[in-house]
Amino acid sequence: MLDKIWVFILLISVIFGFISGKAGELGSAAINGAGQAVTLVIGLTGALCFWQGMMAVMRECGAAAALARVLRRPVGLLMKKTRENARAMEAVCANISANLLGLANAATPFGIEAAKALSDGGETANDDLCMLVVINSASLQLIPSTVAALRASLGSAAPYDILPCVWLTTLVSQATGIAAALLLAKIQRNTRAASPLYGVKRSRLPLLRKKSAR
Amino acid sequence: MSDLILPLLICGIVTVGLFRKTPVFSVFIRGAREGLDTALGILPSLLALLTAVSMLRASGAIECLAHLLGPVLAKVGIPAETLLLILIKPFSGSGALAAGADILREFGPDSFIGRVAAIMLGSSETTFYTIAVYFGAAGVTKTRYAVPAALAADAAAFLMAALTVRLLG
Repeated sequence: MLDKIWVFILLISVIFGFISGKAGELGSAAINGAGQAVTLVIGLTGALCFWQGMMAVMRECGAAAALARVLRRPVGLLMKKTRENARAMEAVCANISANLLGLANAATPFGIEAAKALSDGGETANDDLCMLVVINSASLQLIPSTVAALRASLGSAAPYDILPCVWLTTLVSQATGIAAALLLAKIQRNTRAASPLYGVKRSRLPLLRKKSAR
Repeated sequence: MSDLILPLLICGIVTVGLFRKTPVFSVFIRGAREGLDTALGILPSLLALLTAVSMLRASGAIECLAHLLGPVLAKVGIPAETLLLILIKPFSGSGALAAGADILREFGPDSFIGRVAAIMLGSSETTFYTIAVYFGAAGVTKTRYAVPAALAADAAAFLMAALTVRLLG
């Protein structure tokens, strides 16, 4: 994926540079960009290390486990399978709590475990797996440490003053994702019910007709 | 109020840690060490992408794109300057960070545009990467409604980023 994005951006720059007559500036822009990346990472490293340290303390003193316990009820509501499958419940809760604490490195393995536990083994995603993916593909992070560090390194007066906005935005984004997933799941089920031919083997058709007639 | 969130959070975490008999200092050091790995880990891809974004800005393409699509974004309150960030974010986290750094440098981290860009970065995820990793792990190829639902969440995040800056500052 990144291969294409990278080459695409570079190609557009060169083509556009020629059109706009700014091609001469591209070379120095490239080298400056590379230099900026190093400065940027150096600027980010302090805050990044600080927050990873803080979050390690939180995990160690049981905050992640406590969060995971709190999450059991809402997770059970959103993903049916976690109610009967303890392994799935554990993995999903660990995944979400690690995400909330910004422990991306820990969250992904839990998420993968959760995805395997929730899956039915077929090549079609079930509702639970879709819900897990939708929740994970929207942000869950409580402290956007990288972004705050980025602001700080570029001279922001109060790099963390975006926190309330980030929380509200994240909340609305998650709610939208979950609502969209529930809604689309319902719509798909209804369209399936409306067309009995959907994904059904021909041999089973008479049986299905009887059912829908009832 | 928001001045106090951070200091209180920091004090709270270490105090609770100490009360629960966690060796807070050594655990913190271990975590901070991991942060060093994270920082080093993002450098190569950030370097590649920031080079590309820097060239894109120098070529004038970003401005032109913002000029073209700006009116559409302006209708929903999103500053056109954040367009590249919005386009890259679902595909690449370090790409979005590069685009965000470019915006913050260009307009300043405390400007309206800079704040919106920062909130966008902080409240969205690399959607397609997540989808690929989790569905790949489960061996799923038919993703049904997951992609549209995930993109709806992204769209909500981008809209809310601009809206919250307007409302809360």
